[in-house]
Amino acid sequence: MFYREAGDFKTSYASDSQTFPIRFDRWRYYAILAVAFGVVPFFINDYWANAVFVPFLIYAIAAIGLNILTGYCGQVSLGTGGFMAVGAYAVYKLMTAFPDVPILIHVLLAGGITAAVGVLFGLPSLRIKGFYLAVATLAAQFFLVWLFNKVPWFYNHSASGQISAPERAMFGVPVTGATATAPVKYLFCLAILFALAWLARNLTRGTLGRKWMAIRDMDIAAEIIGVNPLTTKLSAFAISSFYIGVAGALFFSVYLGAVEVGEAFGIQKSFLILFMIIIGGLGSIFGSFAGAAFLVLLPVLLKNLLVGQLGWATDLAAHVELMIVGALIVIFLIAEPHGLAQLWRLAKEKLRLWPFPH
Amino acid sequence: MSDQLLYAMEAGLNGLMAGVMYSLVALGFVLIFKASGIFNYAQGVLALFAALTLVGFQQGQIPFAHLLNTIFGTDLDSFGWTLPAAVAILLTAAVMVLLAILIEKLVLQHLVNQAPIILFMATIGMAYFLEGLGDIMWGADIKTLDVGLPQGINETVESVTDRLFGYGFFIDNLDIVATVVAALLVVSLTLFSQYSKQGRALRAVADDHQAALSVGISLRFIWVLVWSIAGFVALVAGIMWGAKSGVQFSLSLIALKALPVLMLGGFTSIPGAIVGGLIIGMGEKLFEFYVGPLIGGATENWFAYVLALLFLVFRPQGLFGERIIERV
Amino acid sequence: MKKTLTALALAIATATPALAELVVPNMSYRTGPYAPGGIPYADGFNDYFTLLNERDGGIGGEKVVTPECETAYNTEKGVECYEATKGGGALVYNPLSTGITYQLIPKVSADKIPLYTPGYGRTSAANGKVFEWVFNYPANYWDGASVAIKYLLEENGGDLNGKKIALVYHNSAYGKEPIRTLTELSKKHGFTLVEVPVDHPGQEQKSQWLQIRRDKPDYVLMWGWGVMNAVAIQEAANIKFPMENFIGIWWSGSENDVLPAGDGANGYKSLAMHGTGMDYPVYDELKKFVYDAGKSSGVGDQVGSVLYSRGMYAALVISEAIRKAQELAGTPQITAAQLRDGFEALEITEARMAELGLPDFGQPFAASCADHGGPGAALLQQWDATAKKWSLITGFIAPDDEVLDPLIAEDSAAYAAENKITERCN
Repeated sequence: MFYREAGDFKTSYASDSQTFPIRFDRWRYYAILAVAFGVVPFFINDYWANAVFVPFLIYAIAAIGLNILTGYCGQVSLGTGGFMAVGAYAVYKLMTAFPDVPILIHVLLAGGITAAVGVLFGLPSLRIKGFYLAVATLAAQFFLVWLFNKVPWFYNHSASGQISAPERAMFGVPVTGATATAPVKYLFCLAILFALAWLARNLTRGTLGRKWMAIRDMDIAAEIIGVNPLTTKLSAFAISSFYIGVAGALFFSVYLGAVEVGEAFGIQKSFLILFMIIIGGLGSIFGSFAGAAFLVLLPVLLKNLLVGQLGWATDLAAHVELMIVGALIVIFLIAEPHGLAQLWRLAKEKLRLWPFPH
Repeated sequence: MSDQLLYAMEAGLNGLMAGVMYSLVALGFVLIFKASGIFNYAQGVLALFAALTLVGFQQGQIPFAHLLNTIFGTDLDSFGWTLPAAVAILLTAAVMVLLAILIEKLVLQHLVNQAPIILFMATIGMAYFLEGLGDIMWGADIKTLDVGLPQGINETVESVTDRLFGYGFFIDNLDIVATVVAALLVVSLTLFSQYSKQGRALRAVADDHQAALSVGISLRFIWVLVWSIAGFVALVAGIMWGAKSGVQFSLSLIALKALPVLMLGGFTSIPGAIVGGLIIGMGEKLFEFYVGPLIGGATENWFAYVLALLFLVFRPQGLFGERIIERV
Repeated sequence: MKKTLTALALAIATATPALAELVVPNMSYRTGPYAPGGIPYADGFNDYFTLLNERDGGIGGEKVVTPECETAYNTEKGVECYEATKGGGALVYNPLSTGITYQLIPKVSADKIPLYTPGYGRTSAANGKVFEWVFNYPANYWDGASVAIKYLLEENGGDLNGKKIALVYHNSAYGKEPIRTLTELSKKHGFTLVEVPVDHPGQEQKSQWLQIRRDKPDYVLMWGWGVMNAVAIQEAANIKFPMENFIGIWWSGSENDVLPAGDGANGYKSLAMHGTGMDYPVYDELKKFVYDAGKSSGVGDQVGSVLYSRGMYAALVISEAIRKAQELAGTPQITAAQLRDGFEALEITEARMAELGLPDFGQPFAASCADHGGPGAALLQQWDATAKKWSLITGFIAPDDEVLDPLIAEDSAAYAAENKITERCN
């Protein structure tokens, strides 16, 4: 009743193949954009920005990146943490070498550098498949972390090997460093996420996206119908790594401000982002958002509920939180193995008929 | 013989022993993957959970004491007994069987016929859950695990090698025990799967779920069985690693050491897990010995993966894995 | 969407500040790989403030609350904790993690809240001219490295020429801290330094210790944390390395580290920046007002351990700084900025320590505008495996400031240049 497509006529191919063909969806999308860009920045404070929104936006970028590779092209990767580290260290070197260039350019360049590294580590995917490839990408993960920890040039020879983001600006407004305000950080990440998500959506429904999906569904068959596995797989690695590199750069420069490679970009990060896309839904841009939201917000929510509201001891709360997150993952999978995106789709299906299901 | 060569031999020998320790963890992965096609991310956490339970039983801790105290305001701590190691191990094994039954009933049963990545994800959920459960049951502080395993340098090996080469080799007693235990485990698992009725059923399931079902093998029983065995293997791994470093959260990270072993040996081969472990163990120790000092050390974490990657480029299914046949 | 909204609503509800109390957030970690170290520290920290509240009714008549926030030694959760608590009138942060410290330094400087990192964190923060809001007295990593070498010098009659010293370290920001100091010291005293990195978490150290067995260094120093300590001590015992030549930093010298190795750990030494054990009068009062009253933090089995004592020591210094700040500000209700002045004017004498029920527990020190690092002296303690007890074997040994001061000046100058900070206190 509230969600229907009746009376929504299309008169051109372009309008028929748009991202949100149903009018209601389209309005909802515009409304969310309007709130995200126009309302939230006026109300956001440090806590909301640094503990909830900025990490959510950054993880969403990384999740979209990994979803391109894993969800659309079918190449399971556990090197995400390592690639994020490449982005972070690239942006650090650029920031300190060219302090006057706007930070956005540094972030995008860092993504480009990560893309190159990603292609290099994507080469084995031409021979190795499935879980074997997943474990093989762990080689990238561990090697990159070791490299950034070992070679002093990467961290400008500082005593401890920590990198810290100095203050850098965009149009004269500081975006990184301690003086950057919450709305600026939020808007900077949001703008990048919006642009990248839009790009990803359009890539995945174009020629390139169809090639990726052909390779994912059956690579030999795809090869026979003329999809070149070399360029297709490597382009997926490159574009995916670009996204992940941008996410890593933002993670270091805007969100944390100082990182230590083994701790911030360790194997746990790779798993976390993989969890996000599986819980959210493989091969779905919306799923990337949903998965990132689930794994970023749920722990914060549970922590505030258990410690803040019920007054439990923090350690007990942390353990219960782990159990609840684990149980919810299993329950979601049993209820709907294809992730939150599929649940959302089903919900829309139900809403369309409600309240007259017959 | 030159000193350098002797040192390399010692490093290599120790690498073999360390490899056995990795294999112990990898075995659990292989068993489950073989029988159900599930890549069980929770194996490391299972080892931690088993070791925590073992120590808890041994020291007579009351499970969930902290939780109960918080909710009911009681002051529980321990039963005040200490159990002998053997009894505690038996009890823990029973707990692992119970856990296997629960996992089958609550999780796997509902996920029959799903894609491998979904099942993998489910094991991740279980890993989170078990990690929290283990901590809530037994507490997060470090625990000393003592089941009477010997530790320290083996004097016999040292004196014999000293007499032969003029340099005493260092072999840890615990590693020797681990090697013997791993050998026993592999032999008994092989005997079990070759000659017992359940073992044959297990192999049949591994070969073809559908066919096994149609000749009347209970898939559910097999899954409980294989998860119980994996739980038992996790217990053994937990004991060996726990004796080394005490029982605490980090124990669950040993799963990372087993992954390159799996890649190298193949996900479906028990001998592969052992041979893979040996190659990885020896390779990383020798690399650290020869090349490590030149490039700054601490290479072990990544070298194992790079080595496995090199093998895979030439043999994408691992050394002993089943050949991948691709059809359109 | 609905979930997001609920989360938002709840988080707002929890961010309401507690008014009219002194808020000292306890950023603890009772879960994760480093929980065995975090638990006793957090317990000691809480128990001391509970004692002040129960016995004296707080500090200057104001109760102290220590809202706990779990970081799991994870920098992201650390940020969340910081942001969640800073709105509630937080006076000072003590995150017990070098990683989180590095991240908080720019943030606290912008938000004007002091950061107190005793014995960890960024060493060059000892330079108050650059780091206005950070305090790390009484001792830091570089002091520790220097004290260890000084102790070895004493043992060898003042000469370390031709000796070989290995440094086994956690391959992270924390573990790498002492390398620069030790390199300088090796030049000065003529010993060779062998670096032996161990990657997180450090459960497998066979090749490191085989290397040490082959190289036969005269001494081994260790900068470890978590499971790495226990494994290293076990492996050292396995290769029969003489334990009395094996010295850990204060973070590698707790009961957790030596107990798993059993008798093998006997004779292992570590640095300490304070005394340990329960032979201090303060424990009688703690027992009376806290433990027996059922108000102890955690399970209560950590009382008197090394890390418990350290948490208590940190709480003691903070409470003294609060007292000083109240005196300076003339009001018991102080702000974070006033507390900073208190930290900077803080002086703890031997007499004051005795008065607090902890005679000879810590070294006397006096901070100043330029000096946020204290004298940096440290003790050495040795493990007795049969008695299961640490015993102190030296008095306070002062570090070699001749070597350290230029290093601190250099590192803080680099930070100042990077962040365009002009020096204060001139």
